[in-house]
Amino acid sequence: MTDHDHDHDPRALRAEALEAILIERGLVDPAVIDSTLDYFENDLGPMLGAQVVAKAWADPAFKRRLLDDGLGAIAELGLGGPQVDHLVVVENTPDVHNVVVCTLCSCYPWGLLGLPPAWYKSLAYRSRVVREPRNVLAEMGCELPDDIEVRVWDSSAEVRYFVLPERPNGTDGLPEDVLAEHVHRDQMIGVAR
Amino acid sequence: MDGIHDIGGMDGFGRMARDESVFHAPWERTAFALASSARMVGNTDDFRHAIERLDPAFYLGADYYGRWLGALEVRLRERDLIDSDEVDRRAGSAAARPRAIASAGLPTASPEGGPVRTIDRRPLYAVGQSVIARDLHPVGHTRLPRYVRGHHGTITRVHPAFVFPDTNAHGWGEDPQYVYAVQFAASHLWGAGDHSVSVDLFEPYLEAA
Repeated sequence: MTDHDHDHDPRALRAEALEAILIERGLVDPAVIDSTLDYFENDLGPMLGAQVVAKAWADPAFKRRLLDDGLGAIAELGLGGPQVDHLVVVENTPDVHNVVVCTLCSCYPWGLLGLPPAWYKSLAYRSRVVREPRNVLAEMGCELPDDIEVRVWDSSAEVRYFVLPERPNGTDGLPEDVLAEHVHRDQMIGVAR
Repeated sequence: MDGIHDIGGMDGFGRMARDESVFHAPWERTAFALASSARMVGNTDDFRHAIERLDPAFYLGADYYGRWLGALEVRLRERDLIDSDEVDRRAGSAAARPRAIASAGLPTASPEGGPVRTIDRRPLYAVGQSVIARDLHPVGHTRLPRYVRGHHGTITRVHPAFVFPDTNAHGWGEDPQYVYAVQFAASHLWGAGDHSVSVDLFEPYLEAA
């Protein structure tokens, strides 16, 4: 480790000690540690979810299947993966805004969005978004008009929720790969429109 | 258990900070990888419960992957796979040694495959039906958040049956149960607010309104 502060964090020392003990006892395989991190950091990420959104924008029949059977529809794209054992896709419209949280831990559709950012796991987000979503979103730069209905989804079981954002204006006729570049992770969680 | 983890609706955690990091430091990556890949008997539910059983002060002070690291060590020592005194010696410090209350029971097997199950009975509730989230306070693991207990809601989706965390976390069997999306009005939950909150609740958490 090169970072001086991290060297002196007792958690860093403890993680290192645990890692060494587990490897010595054969309870973890160093190759599995590396492949696990490689998979989560490189193979998964919001680009997968963006692909789903772009396909739904471009293909109305796919969108219907996605809203009806999320898991079946993303499987058509070869997607699924960890923490996506059952998937519900909720659609934003001009009148409805959806936002996803896990108040009890930090459940998140890893297979479509990768590992979550720190704010999603923060005590502030988890505690507040079920109670005052408009304020939380405003603090994150997303001001919702008063006449939009807000639906908060607390993923308290093994169902994972994924927001299908509205298609932006001026994107008619664009191919899916270009449409996907218009999709941001925050829209698929529901903290951006 | 009515633990420190069950924070939906609590005040005091401050404004949103736009921290976009997945990992803040190399040790957090290590903690994630070890907790994901260490070989031991158990399941996701008992891992979550180990996080919930961490001492509340430790939980609040540890940050997300600090809790994963703490829960990993708790699970390993409860299975006699490691000794925290040895970890203290190897780390040169007991400063980050996790404290936790005991579980009511630990799993005795590890599952194959995911948590969805097919069961040979029909769901008790249907879309559109009014239900009440029961006011339960189990000693062990549960996925019934405190903020909905005792409140009226409406079933908006009937999900498949899933392994029941309340038993599975403790080695008391999978006891699969239907899960429902239950929509609650914020004005009922909090006395104010024009939004709705939808919570996924296992059938035993509900009763007909």
